[in-house]
Amino acid sequence: MSLDTDRVGPTDATAQGPAVAARPPTSGRRRWLSFWGPPFVVFLMVIGAWYGVSYLLLSPERRFLVPPPHDVIQVSFLDPANLQELLSALWLSTKVAFIGLAIAIVIGMVSAVAMSQARWIERSLYPYAVMTETIPILALVPLFGFWFGFGLNSRVLVCVLFSLFPIIANALFGLQSVTQEHQDLFTLHGANRATRLWKLQFPAALPSIFTGLRISAGLCVIGAIVGDEFFKQGDPGIGILIDLYRSRLQSEQMVGAIILASLLGILVFWFFGFVGRRVVGSWHESASGSDVQ
Amino acid sequence: MEDTGQPVLEFIGVSKQFPDGTLALSGFDMRVVRGEFVSVVGPSGCGKSTLLRIASGLADISAGSMRRHAVELGYVFQDPTLLPWRTVQANVELFAELRRMPKDERRRRAADAIKLVGLSDFVRHRPRALSGGMRMRVSLARTLALQPELLLLDEPFGALDEITRERLNDELLQLYLTQRFTALFITHSVMEAVYLSTRVVVMSDRPGRVVGDFRVPFEYPRSPRLRFADQFSQLAGKVSACLRGEGQQQDPPRSSPGQARGAVLP
Repeated sequence: MSLDTDRVGPTDATAQGPAVAARPPTSGRRRWLSFWGPPFVVFLMVIGAWYGVSYLLLSPERRFLVPPPHDVIQVSFLDPANLQELLSALWLSTKVAFIGLAIAIVIGMVSAVAMSQARWIERSLYPYAVMTETIPILALVPLFGFWFGFGLNSRVLVCVLFSLFPIIANALFGLQSVTQEHQDLFTLHGANRATRLWKLQFPAALPSIFTGLRISAGLCVIGAIVGDEFFKQGDPGIGILIDLYRSRLQSEQMVGAIILASLLGILVFWFFGFVGRRVVGSWHESASGSDVQ
Repeated sequence: MEDTGQPVLEFIGVSKQFPDGTLALSGFDMRVVRGEFVSVVGPSGCGKSTLLRIASGLADISAGSMRRHAVELGYVFQDPTLLPWRTVQANVELFAELRRMPKDERRRRAADAIKLVGLSDFVRHRPRALSGGMRMRVSLARTLALQPELLLLDEPFGALDEITRERLNDELLQLYLTQRFTALFITHSVMEAVYLSTRVVVMSDRPGRVVGDFRVPFEYPRSPRLRFADQFSQLAGKVSACLRGEGQQQDPPRSSPGQARGAVLP
């Protein structure tokens, strides 16, 4: 039989066969440059503007409002005692954030799966899921304090509330994104609910699930810092340090702490983007994009 | 030919009304006999796809009766509906997997089916690395892996360009001759219907019923040159006229199983 007619037909770059003619070896470096160049230029501009504000806009006695970058580095990061203090607080906040995120992932995935299985479950639960997003956390803070104490437990709870909704919403969207025709295929071949969930809905939902995870990962770090502001008992997290430095007008340390906290947020955001690309990049377009690097 | 005259699928006075009140089919009668390749043509929205959904059991009927005598059924949609996260091999194994067939058996069947559609070099590719025609071949292979007796095809080549479409027409005919399934093929192309089939059934506008039934007398294997033969154009013209509502025709007695198939290709 000769059914191999369009075997040489158009396939994309991942197909075998002669690729586009090899580029000159310099292209690797050039690509690297065009990739990292623009954000680096922006970085330099921000640093420049920062110096500009510190030295041109502010008089020396008011310079503490925006301490210049090298002072921040000097005081916050190059002083071993201070760095030690910052890092242990950051470590604690990281733990709080991750415990909160882990709890949010478990609750979020379980409820999203439940909601995807029956319309009535979705109708019963979804409004309350939305509420976790819309109720001002600050309004709940006194209650959390009463119920769970003013320490770590309540901080974790704030993280959970911050990161829960994006996980539920994105996972549910993904689980429900399966087309009718795919459903029909599974029906035709006698697939039960569990098979359908595991072999069809769940893989189809993976790209959305990772989108939710990325958003929530950033939010849980914010949650940890916000939690610090209210629940100060126990070992200090990075948010408590920020508040402390503020009250002592230690602006260099404060900026240093803020930078570390942002780096943590970026890191977890990037981490889940990376894992997502590893998991679904081979088949899903959005995941292979360079939206987050 | 063996088994001739044995019905595989029977629609007797079938009506289908959707919950919103739309009457898709009304008094639809059709009989498909083992070994036939029946194409159904009709204006868009006349209930052609509903016909297949009913035949497969995905949809129920409002009145009349439908009887299916085929044990194994294959259903090919217009969209290849491959699972994008699975490789070609894993996609073709899907149905056998859902039926809990042993792994060896399922591997072997998938490999055979992939070979049939000429994609053995692409087993590890994911659908997005394939062209539209190749994806449709994978979809066919996936269905053929279960060795269906009755193949339901819902405009499978409707979304493809003409060149690919004609190529796949020939490949489908090859498979028809070697795999010996009975086919019920939905299309809106008269040429395609006449080229492929032993019989062409014409449906009316909604609510759909049979307004024409033409036996296609050409021998298999058919060659692409057939498309330019006089007899071919004449028959296509008659089907077209019927489709436009110019004179209703019942060409042969409907129970006729069509002429014997041509020689089976090696």
